[in-house]
Amino acid sequence: MPLIDLANPTRFLRLVERLLPWLAGAVTLVIAIGIYQAFFVAPDDYQQGATVKIMFIHVPSAWLSMFGWAVMSIAALGTLVWRHPLADVTAKVAAPIGAAFTFICLATGSLWGRPMWGTYWVWDARLTSVLVLFLMYLGVILVWRTVEDPSRAARAAAILTLVGAINLPIIKFSVDWWNTLHQPASVFRISGPSIHPALLFPLAIMAIGFVLLYVTLLLAAIRTEILRRRLRILQLMQAESATSSRS
Amino acid sequence: MRALAALIARDMRFALRVGGGALVALLFFLTVVTLTPFALGPDLALLARIGPAILWLGALLSSLLALDRLLSVDHDDGSLDLILMAETPLELALAAKAIAHWLTTGLPLVVAAPVLGLFLNLDFSASAAVLLTLLAGTPALTFIGLIGAALTVALRRGGLLLSVLVLPLTIPVLIFGVAASNAAIVGPMPFGAPFTILCALTLISFVVGPFAAAAAIKSGLE
Amino acid sequence: MSLGPHAAFIVAAYAVAALVVTVLVAWIVADYRIQKQRLANLEAHGITRRSTRPER
Repeated sequence: MPLIDLANPTRFLRLVERLLPWLAGAVTLVIAIGIYQAFFVAPDDYQQGATVKIMFIHVPSAWLSMFGWAVMSIAALGTLVWRHPLADVTAKVAAPIGAAFTFICLATGSLWGRPMWGTYWVWDARLTSVLVLFLMYLGVILVWRTVEDPSRAARAAAILTLVGAINLPIIKFSVDWWNTLHQPASVFRISGPSIHPALLFPLAIMAIGFVLLYVTLLLAAIRTEILRRRLRILQLMQAESATSSRS
Repeated sequence: MRALAALIARDMRFALRVGGGALVALLFFLTVVTLTPFALGPDLALLARIGPAILWLGALLSSLLALDRLLSVDHDDGSLDLILMAETPLELALAAKAIAHWLTTGLPLVVAAPVLGLFLNLDFSASAAVLLTLLAGTPALTFIGLIGAALTVALRRGGLLLSVLVLPLTIPVLIFGVAASNAAIVGPMPFGAPFTILCALTLISFVVGPFAAAAAIKSGLE
Repeated sequence: MSLGPHAAFIVAAYAVAALVVTVLVAWIVADYRIQKQRLANLEAHGITRRSTRPER
């Protein structure tokens, strides 16, 4: 099947139907292996003890929170340049999924911070940037929820997403800069440049598992959203035929 | 060029007219600054230390408050459609509107900041630093806000949505504005570095703002 | 395997992640079922998409 056929929602749906069970199985398997590796194989960190196990979900979800915005930005380009409905749908469902992983990153980071820093929240550069990213995800979701007409909402959300994509590196840079200005010397540095190789392997497995999970959720949500749009069109047609038959 | 000048003159006239809203932002700024000592206590040393931050936050919120009027009035009475149909590129017309908006709401905030600095026990050099950073930074707030204003016009929902969308985007401006002001007062870093970055942010917003706003309006009016 | 003195935090972190993912999965699955059900209802009433409607 040529790749261009995937741009047809019906063919895309058929492919997703076939893929989803396999993907779901792969996700379960890989994450199960990852958790086994994390809890039973990986050694404790000599400095952080067992709390380093939080890293295996914290770091992959942090990666996914950024990856999610990248997916939304590509979809936004698809919306604005090619006006493809599948791009609209992808951008719409990617927002809550990305926000969920960003939330996981924040929550686990906070739970990791309590034993390590002695407080649930530190205005650390990374945590702060992720918090801003979370706010921006919520803004995009809000745009989608405010507007009734899907294609109008898609273009507005696309512009906001792209402006965010330009702004996010600037925000990251300024937060880093702000942080070095206010950095208290005693703060413990999470995941410095050197991670022990024995920790790296389970981390890689968990990262693969999380990416698979993201893709599975995204595809399943796209499938739902396509159905929702069909339903919307059918309901409009129904209303139309009802009014025309009455008159 | 003449069309743009006419647009700026027109917008400024409207803003300064009765009900134009240019003074509301200024009054809001004054009120916010008056409120902070009630929240923090009248400790003059503390106020002097965080004064630049209060002034910057106040200016940020005040300029946000006025943004709602930037495009919605023109959208309501249909002149936005005329601007859209005119030969002048929409990007330039929007930039002109933003300039007019800054001249009537941003500039008064900048001028008022040193006066309000007196309430916050800022000495002369601190006030001068805040004045300079606000002068360089508030245009960026207006041009970033232009994107939000265009989006909310396109979405036909105003007010709070605009603030929520715009505020996260203004974080870099706030960081470098306050940092440059503080650098001039307490150090340790030189004033130049953060101030230059602040100017760079403003220049970036001059480019990104009108283009994104024009795209938003075109997409919304189809 | 011992989780050391901070076991509660580790378990809580994994629990939060599991909860969020479960809610996400449940939401997507439930939403899919609802949309599918409504579509089936409409089609039962003879309203179909133009592309799938048989030639008259």
